[in-house]
Amino acid sequence: MNETLLLQLSAIILFLPLLGFVLLIFFGKRIPKAHAVENFLIFVGLVLSIIVAFGKISFFNDQKIVYEFQWLSFGNIPLIGYTGIKFGIMLDNVTVLMQFVVMLISFVVHLFSVKYMEGDLRYTRYFAYLGIFTFSMLGIVVTHNFLMMYIFWELVGLSSYLLIGFWFEKKSASDAAKKAFIVNRIGDIGFFLGILILYVNYRTFSFNEIFTQISLGNLPFGSSAWLTASGILIFCGAVGKSAQFPLHVWLPDAMEGPTPVSALIHAATMVAAGVYLIAKVFVMLTADALLVIAYIGAITAFISATIAITQNDIKKVLAYSTVSQLGYMIMALGVGAYTVAFFHLVTHAFFKACLFLGSGSVIHAMHHEQDIRYLGGLRKKMPYTYYTFLISTLAISGVPFTSGFLSKDGILGGTLAFANLTGYWLLPIIGFLVASLTAFYMFRLVILTFHGEARDRHKFEHAHESPATMVLPLAILAVLSIFIFYTPNPFNADAGWFTKWVKTPSTIVPQNQAFGFMIKESGEHSEDIVAHSLQYTEALHHAHSQAMYISLLVAGLGILFAFVIYQWRKISADNLAQKLKPLYNFSLNKWYFDELYDKTAVTFTIVLSRISAWFDAKIIDGIVDGTASLTRVSAFGTGKFDNVVIDGFVNFTAYFTGFFGLIFRRLQTGKVQTYLVMVLSGLVILFFILRSL
Amino acid sequence: MLQVGLYHFLVLSGLLFSLGIFAVLTRKNAILVLMGIELILNSANINFIAFAKYGNFGFSGQMVALFVIILAAAEAAVALAIVLNIYKNFNTVHVDEIDGLKD
Repeated sequence: MNETLLLQLSAIILFLPLLGFVLLIFFGKRIPKAHAVENFLIFVGLVLSIIVAFGKISFFNDQKIVYEFQWLSFGNIPLIGYTGIKFGIMLDNVTVLMQFVVMLISFVVHLFSVKYMEGDLRYTRYFAYLGIFTFSMLGIVVTHNFLMMYIFWELVGLSSYLLIGFWFEKKSASDAAKKAFIVNRIGDIGFFLGILILYVNYRTFSFNEIFTQISLGNLPFGSSAWLTASGILIFCGAVGKSAQFPLHVWLPDAMEGPTPVSALIHAATMVAAGVYLIAKVFVMLTADALLVIAYIGAITAFISATIAITQNDIKKVLAYSTVSQLGYMIMALGVGAYTVAFFHLVTHAFFKACLFLGSGSVIHAMHHEQDIRYLGGLRKKMPYTYYTFLISTLAISGVPFTSGFLSKDGILGGTLAFANLTGYWLLPIIGFLVASLTAFYMFRLVILTFHGEARDRHKFEHAHESPATMVLPLAILAVLSIFIFYTPNPFNADAGWFTKWVKTPSTIVPQNQAFGFMIKESGEHSEDIVAHSLQYTEALHHAHSQAMYISLLVAGLGILFAFVIYQWRKISADNLAQKLKPLYNFSLNKWYFDELYDKTAVTFTIVLSRISAWFDAKIIDGIVDGTASLTRVSAFGTGKFDNVVIDGFVNFTAYFTGFFGLIFRRLQTGKVQTYLVMVLSGLVILFFILRSL
Repeated sequence: MLQVGLYHFLVLSGLLFSLGIFAVLTRKNAILVLMGIELILNSANINFIAFAKYGNFGFSGQMVALFVIILAAAEAAVALAIVLNIYKNFNTVHVDEIDGLKD
């Protein structure tokens, strides 16, 4: 196992899905069972990614393996010097883990889709789109520079657009696709500006080179404010992609796409790209930027958790819970809990993909019924779906012995320790509140869907357990939601491999710009330096057990409430909704965000476009038309001049010639004697002329 | 006693030439025009011979005059043939009626 082999394997993993895309999109109709080709390629990629992950972590644990090549060279430019753009692959522990997660989720989703999408009009194209998505996502994961990341970032946006609008005959689906694309674009502008700030200063896109410069004290434009600005601008990209407040509105609408797509893109991988991006640039974020990130994450987690409580569409509940969990991860990064943020990303990817695929299984069985008010009692009919769904629900609610408990506990502990050291107590309070809300709405979902009596008897009669190729993915993902895969001690993730392999990198911003508990490394940027002060480690250790008790308590309360209201019906949900009417409506209508954006941003855009349309029609067209009329008038003038003066002159010449011709033709009598007279008189005249000379 | 000299010959030939021209220009009949031409040719002959006599040219003048006479004979033959043809075509030998060159 050497570095070159790992890099080559990574490159192969990257291009396999692209190969699948090209094959399916161009030759899909000619290949029998084209989807099987795609599935096979993804499976090969999955196997290779496992090999790469093991190889990287066991042989080059603390190293970054980089391969780069000159993609573009601008040559020597005066005043700037030699510039060019390098592309390349960088493998560190986070990368290879993420690569594995993406491939695994992609594979199970491919497998699940075989039956789920069966009979669809554009069956082959669906798998082609999944291929291009997987390719783009892997590109984001393995890249070693900002530019390549931005390119793949946009490719991911594109494939997300294609897949959300896959059933584009439905207006709501094509609208949702457009909404996702446009809202993402807003964040991407910020991302691009952030990249440009860094490029203008360091003349490179490479992560490592930029980080080395910053750690040597070369700040952008010589000021730490610009460093903060670039950090926050890059975070804007993550706000868009990871559906953070205030750009979270696209993700719930994106549920218009096929359900396996929701599992792959809008739950496990693409939306995690924003978190992954922040993890990549974590070291260059100043305290101010981190605080902004933490608060945005906390606000997002809270808002979406409150919305999820009242939603009735099974996929909408899951969508808001995804937004909420992403908010958790972002908040964790903001408070410096790098390892657990990434840990939560991985565990969340598995259990959320499982939940989405489970909901897909339910929807498939119930003939596309998504409203939980008409579901119910499915536990008996669909036992496998029920138990896998339940395990994932336990995981997302943070019940012990699940992966979600470990990662969520880590995040809450990190927030608590952060608050202890810096005094921002709002963050952990929101964190625990959200944990409680999460447990509540997830159990509400499980109880309404699987427990109790069937509320739509007709569809219930026809419901059946999904086929094996749909249950197997559920089983794989549910098993991966159990603690044992991450740590032998179900109450402490530190005992597991994850914290050993994914270490918080130490910050590279100037010490006075970082949080007090973060230690700035000196000199070259590397990973094996202790990132946190002793003080922080103690605070974290102290917070860990506290966080565990509190989160157990709040999650238990949430679950208890869900059972009291929906299972045992001690408190009527309708009565409760009636009593808290304003709050209930506020939550049901998603805090009126869509209406707010409709009234402000959309109206503003429409007004602006009306004004520009008017400007175009009146002013620009006026100028163009004016020029045209001016040309016509002058053409008329020159036409007249041509007709009268030029033609007149020409005609006059002709007339003149004709006139004299008329006169002189008289001389031409045809009589030989006349000619002779002329000859003679000419001779005489000539004679006299010559004589007079 | 009036001595006959070059001058007189030249005057004679000049008169003859003028008469020839006059005939060519004024006569309507093509035959008469041809006769005018003969006069012109003969006036030239007189000139040649006069200059031959009074100039120091040897027999050149006489020789040219002889050539001219021969030429005149040939010319008369050809011209009369042309006149005949004209008559055939136009049914007239009046030169003022023949103005086909105008077209």
